[in-house]
Amino acid sequence: MTASPACSGGGVAVGTLLLIEEDKYGLYSHLLFKYFLAEGIVCGHDLFVASAKEHPDNILKELPAPLLDDSYGKELGDEAAAKSEDFQDSMKIAWRYQNLPKMEASPTTHTKFGHYYDVSKKMSPQLCQSVKWHSFYLHEELSLEPKMKAWNMNSGYARLLQSIQRIISQEGFDGSDPQKKQRNVLRIGIQSLGSLLWGDDVCCSDTPEDPHSLTKFLYVLRGLLRKSLSACIITVPAHLIQNKAIMERVTNLSDMVVGLESFIGSERETNPLYKDYHGLVHVHLIPRLNSLICDVSDTKDLAFRLKRKQFTIETDYTVVNILFAKGKCKGHCQRLFTKTGKQTNAAEHLP
Amino acid sequence: MFAELNELLGASPERPDAGQFTLLRDTRTDGSFLVHHFLSFYLRAGCKVCFVALLQSFSHYSIVAHKLGVSLAAAKERGQLVFLEGLKSCLDLLFGEEEQPGQPSPLQFLSGSCRDLRALFDFVRVSLAPAEGDSWKGPVLLVDDLSVLLSLGAAPVAVLDFIHYCRVSVCCQLKGNIVVLVHSNEDSEDEENELVVNSLCHHSDLILWAEGLATGFCKDVHGQIKIIKRLSLRQAAGQDLVQTYQYKIQDRNVTFFARGLSSAVL
Repeated sequence: MTASPACSGGGVAVGTLLLIEEDKYGLYSHLLFKYFLAEGIVCGHDLFVASAKEHPDNILKELPAPLLDDSYGKELGDEAAAKSEDFQDSMKIAWRYQNLPKMEASPTTHTKFGHYYDVSKKMSPQLCQSVKWHSFYLHEELSLEPKMKAWNMNSGYARLLQSIQRIISQEGFDGSDPQKKQRNVLRIGIQSLGSLLWGDDVCCSDTPEDPHSLTKFLYVLRGLLRKSLSACIITVPAHLIQNKAIMERVTNLSDMVVGLESFIGSERETNPLYKDYHGLVHVHLIPRLNSLICDVSDTKDLAFRLKRKQFTIETDYTVVNILFAKGKCKGHCQRLFTKTGKQTNAAEHLP
Repeated sequence: MFAELNELLGASPERPDAGQFTLLRDTRTDGSFLVHHFLSFYLRAGCKVCFVALLQSFSHYSIVAHKLGVSLAAAKERGQLVFLEGLKSCLDLLFGEEEQPGQPSPLQFLSGSCRDLRALFDFVRVSLAPAEGDSWKGPVLLVDDLSVLLSLGAAPVAVLDFIHYCRVSVCCQLKGNIVVLVHSNEDSEDEENELVVNSLCHHSDLILWAEGLATGFCKDVHGQIKIIKRLSLRQAAGQDLVQTYQYKIQDRNVTFFARGLSSAVL
């Protein structure tokens, strides 16, 4: 499934950081955040959920239920086959695109990575509790232990880093303890980093009191990710960050950056050209790890839409003000959040 | 190293330069392929290299270097390569044991105990100081990438001071070379970064500037590179020599060609 940078290569590689710039009301970014965690549970990964806004217990109660019914997958496959005939006709208008390969649509029933979720149903508590999970809710955390060195960083961020490091070390995700042969992955999700609730004023002032806390946090976090079997997703209310220089630096310190722009409240909401979509996906950065080349797809123009059972990201070619929806990547955004590479020996894939 | 880039620069590992300050710059794209080029070039040339690798882990550079025919682990073992892994060093500083008084961490400025990059400079100086029995062909300092220091809280003046001290020590005193990567964006609002980049441009002997194409992504041409030879630094009335090429990055090599002459087009 190589329909788009966001979906290609299986998503968030172990040891890396995916940063999502939240859409204006945080609706879709929160949805992707929950998808990432839900996929972790279905894959049996450990979870670490951090928030200053919502108690992680509540976030976990709201995860979407997975569709483990194979027949749904087959349904989609049939739908895609029927639609492709329609596409053949419509391709007569856009002759240039006729030679582009059609994207494979149907998931195979034995896919180990990538699942479908029903947004209207909640994941069962039994399934949620089937994995080990750790939470960090800023307002409940104890103050810094006195013996910790001065970190010269926002104390909320410092506490979060210490908590992550402690879990990685104690649970053996960094391979430091030969007794604990950890082959599992730790999925870390951090919600709305940079918001005022974290004690950072980067979202309300263009000359914040400490303009380096957020970037230092990301640097240290990436260090922790690189030396452990973990993958991390962070949502950031980028549209609130006044100081664009900070946002540029935040981008350069991440491995992959995707911005979500929802059409809610914008003129595009009623624009007939965009009637099938809920928003746009802007891919700002893709990872170039362990390689000279990066996996660059042939388009960076993506639109998304949310249906009850699917959050779909599609390529969006705009030709002379006419919108063509071509090559639907019905592989859904689960591909965004699954581990890359093979099943065996996850440690080999540490960047 | 990329053979075609050596040709364009008139460089060869048989006779590496001396006293040269090279600035690598990228705009709208990732210029790290140039870092990989110079790392493998100077190791092949038999120079002693101090690599201040702030952005990625050792294994990332190592895997790419392996594709270019160079083993970083072996170079470290034989004392030819001193590798400062910024990500690891930062973790050691923040999570590690209390540091020994005689061995401050090179990234000591992170903890706020000092505002300058003296510890980092000392690290470089000590790493490249000639030792008894050394047969290396001249020291090289490589930095990837300098813009990270600003993100970590170093002031632009501290960064420029660090580079200045390194120049004096490595280029002038030891007749070695320095290669530094910085990012820059047009319309960037990061004034501190632009200040550092502009200042470095003025003092560089050679600038390699990789830019993403203005027209967007293209499968066969990944970007364009400007090679600027700062002849004006050496001679009062000299004019800088600017050459522009396009490039395509492959798994183990980067090919360069004149604009509009990509093999996909011809």
